[in-house]
Amino acid sequence: MALNLDDIKRIAHLARIEVSDNEAQETLNKLSGILGLIEQMQAVDTTGIEPMSHSQDVTQRLREDVVTATNQRELFQSIAPATQDGLYLVPKVIE
Amino acid sequence: MINSSLKQLGQQLASKQVSSVELTQAYLQRMAQLNPTINAYVTIDEDKTLAQAKAADTRIAAGDFGPLTGIPLAQKDIFCAKGWRTTCSSKMLETFISPYDAHVISQFDAAGAVNLGKTNMDEFAMGSSNETSYFGGVKNPWDFDRVPGGSSGGSAAAVAARLCAAATGTDTGGSIRQPASLCGFTGLKPTYGLVSRYGMIAFASSLDQAGPMAKSAEDCALMLNVMAGFDERDSTSVNRQKEDYTRGLTSMTGDQPLKGLRIGLPKEYFAEGLNADVAKVIETAIAEYKKLGAEIVEVSLPNNNLSIPVYYVLAPAEASSNLSRYDGVRYGHRAAEYNDLLEMYMKSRAEGFGAEVKRRILIGTYVLSAGYYDAYYLKAQKIRRLIAQDFVEAFKHCDVIMGPAAPSTAFKAGEKTSDPVAMYLEDLYTIAVNLAGLPGMSIPAGFATSSEGKALPVGLQIIGNYFDEARMLNVGHAYQQVTDWHTRMPAGLENI
Repeated sequence: MALNLDDIKRIAHLARIEVSDNEAQETLNKLSGILGLIEQMQAVDTTGIEPMSHSQDVTQRLREDVVTATNQRELFQSIAPATQDGLYLVPKVIE
Repeated sequence: MINSSLKQLGQQLASKQVSSVELTQAYLQRMAQLNPTINAYVTIDEDKTLAQAKAADTRIAAGDFGPLTGIPLAQKDIFCAKGWRTTCSSKMLETFISPYDAHVISQFDAAGAVNLGKTNMDEFAMGSSNETSYFGGVKNPWDFDRVPGGSSGGSAAAVAARLCAAATGTDTGGSIRQPASLCGFTGLKPTYGLVSRYGMIAFASSLDQAGPMAKSAEDCALMLNVMAGFDERDSTSVNRQKEDYTRGLTSMTGDQPLKGLRIGLPKEYFAEGLNADVAKVIETAIAEYKKLGAEIVEVSLPNNNLSIPVYYVLAPAEASSNLSRYDGVRYGHRAAEYNDLLEMYMKSRAEGFGAEVKRRILIGTYVLSAGYYDAYYLKAQKIRRLIAQDFVEAFKHCDVIMGPAAPSTAFKAGEKTSDPVAMYLEDLYTIAVNLAGLPGMSIPAGFATSSEGKALPVGLQIIGNYFDEARMLNVGHAYQQVTDWHTRMPAGLENI
């Protein structure tokens, strides 16, 4: 399936990456090449094959619901772009 | 001293012929001379490094030490190390000082190893030439016009130029084995789940695996002894008995140490796409293995060619999910100007990520988006099973599989940057191993001569069955007892 410039804009919006009009054409060319490579898969008959998400058949481990890590808010917030009173600051989202 | 094995360095430290501080200073001096050209390290912090060396000397003096205590190592900048800038070679994390240690880092700290610095890499490990790094490319020590491979290109150049005693890397689609081949040293990607991914910055979580990059199989065994082990903080860490990966090495002597070993050669690895000079080196290496007593059988991996398309669905899909955490809120790059929250996300990510990382996030977002999931993601997961089953079938007839690690020797910087698909073909012989979750290694097997007359290394890939690292290391070690490729150093760098 061939991509067009509108697809690029839509995907970039979903991925939350700003793509300028100039970049969009270049991105379209490169992504189309990669999708061409990926298309080789469609020739394979996969009827009845179970999808493989993990290389080993392991199940998720469970643990007791107890506190294992200590609070390190100050350390973690020391590398944040913007904080105030122990909170992360972002632009206003509720009027 | 710079060409000594880890075992030799350990003996010199234990017998106090040299102190860890002296050894570390020797490497730091070599780094000061060569790193401005080679660009293997992106962060060097002499004070931190020397403090670790002093602590190691104290441990040695007190008799409290192991095989790696006091040994200076390079750490790929994908591993979070507390107090160290940890960037993944991305502008997104240019100023990120890690508040915690990756499991791999704490294992080496506990062993008393010395961290010489953080090594350059392709941005977020996405690349096969180290050219996607925000901090610039890395020179291949064998020919400065050529790339070291990637994504662990900085660690690779550091090992090859002897800017460290050994290094760590990670391998999602070949990022330890391809640079090991291009730079002429021994690199091992363990079975998925053997080394904890905790604190290792995520790219494609079902494929990412950390491993050692060192001069020899023996050195890799010593490194793996420290790196491997169960860690409950990684949900895919495998809980199994600790092994000593050096245990079989001493038996690899005598006339035919590999008598009875069955080596499978997949016919698909010797088909179209393999450079003729590389093929010749691999064939000579296989002949050497016959002399060591091994038996050669032909095997087939019929779906190998599909491993690249499958990988370029699954890895970007997982990456698009993993990299959604970089939103400019809690850490990492935030754009200077924006009008609202959406614009802050869009601009921060547009500015913080490089072109290849953006491409992979976009591909991943596309294949996971409504209406395309079955055609791409689910289809790729089904073919992934076919690829893994090929190996199950092949290992019914052999104990290890051998072939090239990369289709050619090191290529020139800039040669493949404009065509992502050409770059992706670099991993033709490595990706299937990640998809199946198997262990794979590359050992130096000889050289091919470039058109300018320079000797460029060629790596032999050894693929093992699940958790069969000890056997693979024995097989590599046996070859390194009768060849000296792994001791060769790039011309001009021996006497610096």
